[in-house]
Amino acid sequence: MHLMYFTEQPMSAYDAQAGRDFGATALMFSNTHFDPVAGSRLYNEYLEHYRLVEEVGFDGIMLNEHHNAPFCMQAKCNVFASILAAMTKRVKIVLLGNPLPLADNPVRLAEELAMIDMISGGRLVSGFVRGGGQEQLAAGVNPAFNRERFEEAHDLVVKAWTQVGPFRFEGTHYQHRVVNPWAVPLQKPHPRVWIPGVLSKETIVWAARTGYPYIALSTAIDATKKIWELYDQVAGEHGHQGGPEFRGYLQRCHVAETEDKALANARQFMWMQGEFTGLAHPVWSTPSGYFSPSYRKAFVEFAVGRRSNPRGSAFDEQIQNQQIIAGTPKTVIPKLRRLLEETRPSIVGFWGSDGFVSDRDARTCIRLLGEEVLPAVREIAKELGLWSPFEANSPVSWAFPQPALPAGVGAS
Amino acid sequence: MNLPSPSWTSETVSIAGAGLHVARAGTGAPVLVLHHDVGSPERLPFYDALACEFTVLVPSHPGYDKSERPAWLRNVRDVAAVHQWLLAASDLADVSLVGLGFGGWIAAEMASLAPRAFRRLVLVGAMGIKPERGEIADQALVSYIDYVKLGFADLGAYERVYGAEPPTETLEQWDLNREMTFRIAWKPYMYNPTLPHLLGGVATPSLIVWGRDDRVVPLECGERFAKALPNARLHVIERAGHFVEMERPDELARLVADFVKTA
Repeated sequence: MHLMYFTEQPMSAYDAQAGRDFGATALMFSNTHFDPVAGSRLYNEYLEHYRLVEEVGFDGIMLNEHHNAPFCMQAKCNVFASILAAMTKRVKIVLLGNPLPLADNPVRLAEELAMIDMISGGRLVSGFVRGGGQEQLAAGVNPAFNRERFEEAHDLVVKAWTQVGPFRFEGTHYQHRVVNPWAVPLQKPHPRVWIPGVLSKETIVWAARTGYPYIALSTAIDATKKIWELYDQVAGEHGHQGGPEFRGYLQRCHVAETEDKALANARQFMWMQGEFTGLAHPVWSTPSGYFSPSYRKAFVEFAVGRRSNPRGSAFDEQIQNQQIIAGTPKTVIPKLRRLLEETRPSIVGFWGSDGFVSDRDARTCIRLLGEEVLPAVREIAKELGLWSPFEANSPVSWAFPQPALPAGVGAS
Repeated sequence: MNLPSPSWTSETVSIAGAGLHVARAGTGAPVLVLHHDVGSPERLPFYDALACEFTVLVPSHPGYDKSERPAWLRNVRDVAAVHQWLLAASDLADVSLVGLGFGGWIAAEMASLAPRAFRRLVLVGAMGIKPERGEIADQALVSYIDYVKLGFADLGAYERVYGAEPPTETLEQWDLNREMTFRIAWKPYMYNPTLPHLLGGVATPSLIVWGRDDRVVPLECGERFAKALPNARLHVIERAGHFVEMERPDELARLVADFVKTA
């Protein structure tokens, strides 16, 4: 079992009423509301949280990035990854991930990731994402070619990591006359790649076809099971077998000293889901060409207010279906057991706090998770045989059927 | 108007590997009508009015409405080349172009690539040139319905054409058309920086028509088209927005007919 800590790094220090008045705060809510003094304080608080995360025994720190939105302060996950590469000693640095389609130069991305891998001593897990709908607009990147750019940029990054340079790359969206980065990953054949996702069937199919673990982002248990059915089926069609080492799950899980406090703080998970300040503008979050064609009807109706967000559901429902878990260590452990028994992941991210949860409560949550919850989860995982890719020595991908190890270590 | 209703036929023409849907009606001098970025209803009073006097061809742009999407198509000049191919395949000569909004941009590209090929060029609220003061409205930021409504000065006209609550099928088609627009006009959005430089060679007599209340493409762009094209004049229609052909169909049809027929 690989246990990671995650926070969106919320930028909650702005006038909440102004956010409510504006509505959807991702993309167009003016950055006049961004206070860099508070920003500086928050970034440094989050760094201290990560330090604590390593101390209390997590295996990894999961990072992500978003743009133009208060719900996530990380505008470039490689910046925090670089800091953590030097600041931490043991934890894996798990990027879930770099939004590939937003990159105009994937070779530069390959260089940055190689640097992070070398500085951290081979602790990088380099996940890739498509980026949210708003992100395409924030970056000025064509949403209609999102998936094509994702796959092509991925191919180029992996090639830059694994193929001897110099070479030439002529793609549909990326053309590079000379690829020869003087920074290559420490891990061979290349750092592990995990693919997070929430809805798009195409991404699950692509991950299964490629042989990368898929990280389900806070989906309901039934939906998660369907994801694994599809993943295993596609892997099977390509002559491979899925299983726990290909399954990750990001669990919203706030732990406090009392039930009441945990529940009150867990409500903050709705902060980025629209209940307080609003996140997903129905048009900006789903630009044409970005979403899966199989959801076209649902999204066009959402865009004009004829149906609710196909992605969202209410707080009580999410508590009920365990998309949000809240409580004391004693009460959350049985719920986590249910998650593990029913969906059998070997990678679990704990999304501890969100929104306006105080620095003190966020630290308490990390400490309680590390000291009381993680040991119990590890025992359950052993009992259920949920071995992480690291424990199972599973291959990096079908194309590179070896585990990732730092150069000079092991027999790879 | 009590004109006889023209009879429309349609066919699918294979161009560069993709089926292009073309509606056709009328007799007389050929007029190619190029539709907006949101696509077009099958029939419009404006099309009927033109078809009473001309041979009218209304193709769906590649990737729009009933035309297949060529995966390789990347820019508006590619669309211009597809429509040139259509005209060549249809064996039509001395064709006049009527470009509506986004279709106006395509028509301008066609004229710039073939400066003496066309009889008349009519651009109505055309995209394609970057405004210096205002902006071309960004459809990526508004819903399908709001974007279409933005094109009308009078919402009564919107409801006459689309109904008060357009059905989901219409929304899905608007989404497909928007996706195609993104595929070919995302960046720079809705203009070609090289186009104004090339319009100087267009000998074709040109009429630039603009709705006074166009909130999609600023009237300023009409002035710039009229200046860039050596043989052009600008005509502003009152009480009309971007969709002049849907709001003032008879007035626009009369204007176009008179201009095309001028010796």
